[in-house]
Amino acid sequence: MAKRLIKLTVNGDEMEVAVEPRDLLIHTLREQLELTGAHIGCDTSHCGACTVDLDGRSVKSCTMFTVQADGAEITTVEGMAHPDGTLHAIQEAFRQMHGLQCGFCTPGMIMRAHRLLQENPTPTEEEIRWGISGNLCRCTGYQNIVKAVQLASETLSQKVAAE
Amino acid sequence: MADTNIPTIQERTDQLEGIGCKRKRVEDVRFTQGRGNYVDDVKLPGMLFGDFVRSPFAHARIKNINKDSALAVPGVVAVITAEDLIPLNLHYMPTLAGDVQAVLAHEKVLFQNQEVAFIVAKDRYAAADGVEALTIEYEELEPLMDPYKAMDENAPVLREDLEGKTEGAHGPRTHHNHIFTWTAGDEAATQQAFDKADVVVKEYLAHPRVHPCPLETCGSVADMNPITGQLTLWGTFQAPHVVRTVASLISNIPEHKIRVIAPDIGGGFGNKVGVYPGYVMSIVGSIVLKKPVKWIEDRMENLSTTAFARDYHIEAELAATKDGKILGMRSHVLADHGAFDACADPSKYPAGMYHICSGSYDIGAAFCSVTGVYTNKAPGGVSYRCSFRVTEAVYTIERIIEVLAIKLGMDAAELRQKNFVQPEQFPYTSAFGWEYDSGDYPTAMKKAMDAIDYDDLREEQSKMVDDFKAGKSREIMGIGVSFFTEIVGAGPSKNCDILGIGMFDSCEIRVHPTGAAIARLGAKSQGQGHETTFAQILASETGIAADMITIEEGDTDTAPYGLGTYGSRSTPVAGAAAARAGRKIKYKAQLIASHLLEVHHDDLEWDVDGFAIKGAPQKRKSMKEIAWAAYNNVPDGMEMGLEAVDYYDPPNFTYPYGAYFCVLKIDVDTGVYKIERFYALDDCGTRINPMIIEGQVHGGLTEAFAVAMGQLIDFDETGNVIGASLMDFFLPTAVETPHWETDHTEVPSPHHPIGAKGVGESPHVGGVPAFSNAVNDAFRPFGGIQTHMPHTAANIWAYAKSLGLTDQ
Repeated sequence: MAKRLIKLTVNGDEMEVAVEPRDLLIHTLREQLELTGAHIGCDTSHCGACTVDLDGRSVKSCTMFTVQADGAEITTVEGMAHPDGTLHAIQEAFRQMHGLQCGFCTPGMIMRAHRLLQENPTPTEEEIRWGISGNLCRCTGYQNIVKAVQLASETLSQKVAAE
Repeated sequence: MADTNIPTIQERTDQLEGIGCKRKRVEDVRFTQGRGNYVDDVKLPGMLFGDFVRSPFAHARIKNINKDSALAVPGVVAVITAEDLIPLNLHYMPTLAGDVQAVLAHEKVLFQNQEVAFIVAKDRYAAADGVEALTIEYEELEPLMDPYKAMDENAPVLREDLEGKTEGAHGPRTHHNHIFTWTAGDEAATQQAFDKADVVVKEYLAHPRVHPCPLETCGSVADMNPITGQLTLWGTFQAPHVVRTVASLISNIPEHKIRVIAPDIGGGFGNKVGVYPGYVMSIVGSIVLKKPVKWIEDRMENLSTTAFARDYHIEAELAATKDGKILGMRSHVLADHGAFDACADPSKYPAGMYHICSGSYDIGAAFCSVTGVYTNKAPGGVSYRCSFRVTEAVYTIERIIEVLAIKLGMDAAELRQKNFVQPEQFPYTSAFGWEYDSGDYPTAMKKAMDAIDYDDLREEQSKMVDDFKAGKSREIMGIGVSFFTEIVGAGPSKNCDILGIGMFDSCEIRVHPTGAAIARLGAKSQGQGHETTFAQILASETGIAADMITIEEGDTDTAPYGLGTYGSRSTPVAGAAAARAGRKIKYKAQLIASHLLEVHHDDLEWDVDGFAIKGAPQKRKSMKEIAWAAYNNVPDGMEMGLEAVDYYDPPNFTYPYGAYFCVLKIDVDTGVYKIERFYALDDCGTRINPMIIEGQVHGGLTEAFAVAMGQLIDFDETGNVIGASLMDFFLPTAVETPHWETDHTEVPSPHHPIGAKGVGESPHVGGVPAFSNAVNDAFRPFGGIQTHMPHTAANIWAYAKSLGLTDQ
């Protein structure tokens, strides 16, 4: 099948990628760009393990053709940590609050939490639960994920206040 | 180290981050950054991708397979069918239950989505194109979907390959669809107990077919090196060493030429214990094509073909005196195993540990029987977040005791308290012969009842009944009680083996000259946090800080042989091996310290992270110093180095227990329910990492909630599987999932080196009946006795209607 050349900015890096029109974004990210943080957990857009941030929205990358992302700016979980290698506040909060176990949902969950906190920096518990309801976790029962998002919200708010 | 400047014992203890510490997880640093390494992340040069063509029918004869159309698809490099496997004798593989399972269907398909052909292509898209293109002609046969009809005289013959085989792996087969009938307990004594009882109750309790559904599906990558004859197999394996042995037995590749690697695993819950056709076909593909072959199942394939759980149809009975003393317990189970018996149980127990079904109660006589049958459904029967059929067993006793409470007009908690095994009875031998190791049930129950204000809840419930009856409200309330005892940590080799290999586990430690260490175990974490907790056990045992100990699992070339992680066996078995290996290190360290300090080793005492001379605590050698000396200055005649290995065959199982309470309210006109409260008290013996325990309890309760309230793998009458995608199969989101309250008591196991019992599965095992009892309890004041799982709003509403509570 003929490939098309598209432009992407992934985690700050501008690049041109040759893809088939039918290639799903998750496969391009994982297999061509070797960014294997986002995972595939279902076939029906329910699990959210493949969630990445695309032009300021949470996107389930298994439900989008890569060609549809032409020109887009994408952040994946690999782009979250600070350049000096320290964890982003959300990543650190997941670790502090034991918001993960097997780790398979975690990259999608962190990317969703990232966007949620951009949209609503101080969400209530209920807003967090609705806000991450497109992302499934089989291990944690969500309680500690909610706490992690709350902690990240506090940390990031303090950071904003300090600035 | 300057002898005069030793940190205090407390400071040194804290620094170790040993047993009891809420240590943050080591694993999280990579997982939060997307740097885990799961099997689908494995990418090898020249790697091909395999995909299955699956049967659209539940029961059909394969008339013809035309490979040409698939081979014509660009990128497709091979189409493999059963005909290609027959010369290699690979068209069937052994199951863990002593049966065989078709790797690729030969002549007949026996369940919908059964594997019929394996397409190998240059990438996953081309493989999918090949699957689409392959044409297969079938002749449909009558499907057998109802297990109760499996042994009818005129029932269709499912397993033609077993024709004339009257002896199965677990005794005589009396019918062509019969797998086994297994019994435990004393039938005659139980009958006597029933004969003399004042009160007898009997109820049918369904435990429907569900699926563990870990977020990561199953998969493997096989790389057969044609030059060296070495096979490397990455896969989603809860028990990598067993996979290596099975792979060797199936393929005739010598076991030393097979390296199995279970990398990071995205949840298992029992789904990743078995051996699946996909694993075998990735190996076959790699052997045939001389290139690495990857196979990753999609969610539909996962839910409809690899390892379902439950599907137990239970008749349960209790016999009691009129004042509520239980005299006898009996249960008969019809077990729907699907088309092949691929249960994952210890060899001797075709129904796992179902005979823990006398529960937490001192019952004089008990008997159970389980009959397994073939149907046109996917094989499996794994333990979904529980030790071998323990969820089914606990559901049996915890539901039927509620029915007895109704019959006696007694409070459900009070009836339990009246029948508890008492603390002084431990070690307690149950009517089924299990020796419960330790416990204090009355204390746990009382703590739980006080914590939730049980009496107040009953009062509130009663008021709601009055209001409902008075027409003031359309809401009713249920209080679900569950007091469970598990049997985990399989297990003693006298009871437990898989394929003849005893179910021991192992740990090997190497302490490096600088006092850091690596330990490898035969278990395999799938999210349980072994890299964190096993280091804590070793820190407490060896005095080496947990941060200085690397834990490694899952690579059969480096890890000692072990039976893997399932059935809450990691801490009871591999954790015990770790503690004992640590003690061997400590013993040798003591001899080295005595040499360095020039005193007899009996004159030394352990003080957190080193040995000191008794009565002179300043004169000591830390483990760090001893480790260095182990590589340059050991006593005469001693081997250099500081290493230990331990293979631990446990003397008994462990018996964690707990008291769970679920409070819910139901709108009878819609069946919509709200979980008001869920309180879980667990006793898992010694607690290694309370943070991780709490997380495990949250997760297990959430899976219990899913099973009790919504999960079902159902079939229509023609054998189409219903519920094989996340469109239909209930995985709770953060919105539905209740808030969990956790609590604990701590009665250590007397036979485990550190007293730990295992916890990961307790919340699932105890949680399922707590939810189900809450729903049933809500209807008790209105004449309700038993409504079945899954308790969806629709089912609850239908039950309310059947009791005349709503005409909506």
